[in-house]
Amino acid sequence: MATEATGGSEHAVGMPQLDFSTWPNQIFWLLVTLVVIYFVLSKVALPRIGAVLADRKSTITNDLAAAEELKAKAVAAEKAYNEALANARTEAAKIVAQAKAEIQKDLDAATAKADAEIAAKAAESERTIAEIRDGAAQAVAEVARDVAAELVAALGQAADAKTVTAAVTARLKG
Amino acid sequence: MATEEHGSGLAIHPMDQFVVKPLFGDGPIEWYTPTNVTLWMGIAVLAMVALLVLSTRRRAIVPSRGQSVAELFYGFIHKMVEDVAGHEGLKFFPYIMTLFMFVFLSNMLGLIPMSFTTTSHIAVTAVLALLVFLTVTLVGFYRKGIGFLSMFWVSSAPLVLRPILAVIELISYFVRPLSHSIRLGGNLMAGHAVIKVFAGFAGAMGIASVVPIAAIAAIYGLELLVAAVQAYVFTILTCVYLRDAVGDAHH
Repeated sequence: MATEATGGSEHAVGMPQLDFSTWPNQIFWLLVTLVVIYFVLSKVALPRIGAVLADRKSTITNDLAAAEELKAKAVAAEKAYNEALANARTEAAKIVAQAKAEIQKDLDAATAKADAEIAAKAAESERTIAEIRDGAAQAVAEVARDVAAELVAALGQAADAKTVTAAVTARLKG
Repeated sequence: MATEEHGSGLAIHPMDQFVVKPLFGDGPIEWYTPTNVTLWMGIAVLAMVALLVLSTRRRAIVPSRGQSVAELFYGFIHKMVEDVAGHEGLKFFPYIMTLFMFVFLSNMLGLIPMSFTTTSHIAVTAVLALLVFLTVTLVGFYRKGIGFLSMFWVSSAPLVLRPILAVIELISYFVRPLSHSIRLGGNLMAGHAVIKVFAGFAGAMGIASVVPIAAIAAIYGLELLVAAVQAYVFTILTCVYLRDAVGDAHH
């Protein structure tokens, strides 16, 4: 294994891996490297990353708990809202029913009053009509009697008022 | 390698990329010489700092993109250690994270053209695997005392078979660092060498070089997968071995 021939443009002879003259050099620098990496990792990098991961874990756990709490609050709020809504509905229904009943009562009273007035007016009208009818019948009888008496007189007969009246009355009834 | 035909013909030197060179000058490589190994390991350290330290500077509850990636790495390895090595294994989380970040970043940086892949060297992977082996063995004996040896005595097997199984288990235990290191180094070395060979073809084939170039693109995609998977495999095997040392149940 020619060590001194590895300087310039010379080519490797055999496997450089088995050139044992370079082993102390490689082993020395490897140990230096490993010690440096070990100290950087164990003193700085690993504790730092471990702390960050632990922090994140606890943050996430806390956030999850908070989210759970908020969710429960939201559910409670929704329940309260629904309850209030239902209460308002029943209240509204009650008010509507009450108003309806009142209106119905007023309506009934007004209807009854109107009915009574209409009945009174109708009765009066009927009486007036009856009066008019009676008046008309009397007038017809009078006219008939007069016409009958005139007719009898025109036929040359003496007209007995009494007889004429009786006859006319009998005819009017017939 | 008899490809010393300078100038004409195929001159493919797939192993050149693995040569360890001094960064400054041509001098001999002493143990302290800053080499390309130093450079690329340093870049890996910087990449690790950028990925895991700078990106998490703001410590945001809602992470930025960079911080998400850092958290992804952290969570991935943390879960792996906890699932495979057990809760006791979490004490070794920084250690395993170190191995994973080094192997993963070295593999990925090695895929940059003209770069040097530190994890393709047996010297590096062997040290990594030996560190795991020694850690597991020492921790096992420290925590369980002589009882650590009971993992070689398979109590669920018939008594006659137990000595034979013990020998097999013992051999497999000592082969672990070998397979652990060669699996990683071999995979990376082979992939990079294959890419280099195809690149050599592309230079020599003229218009027909679209074929090797397409092959390079395909192998590069595969190498990206290999780089990530080998880092994963190295780490999860470390966790599996660690379970022997810290876990209650064995096998």
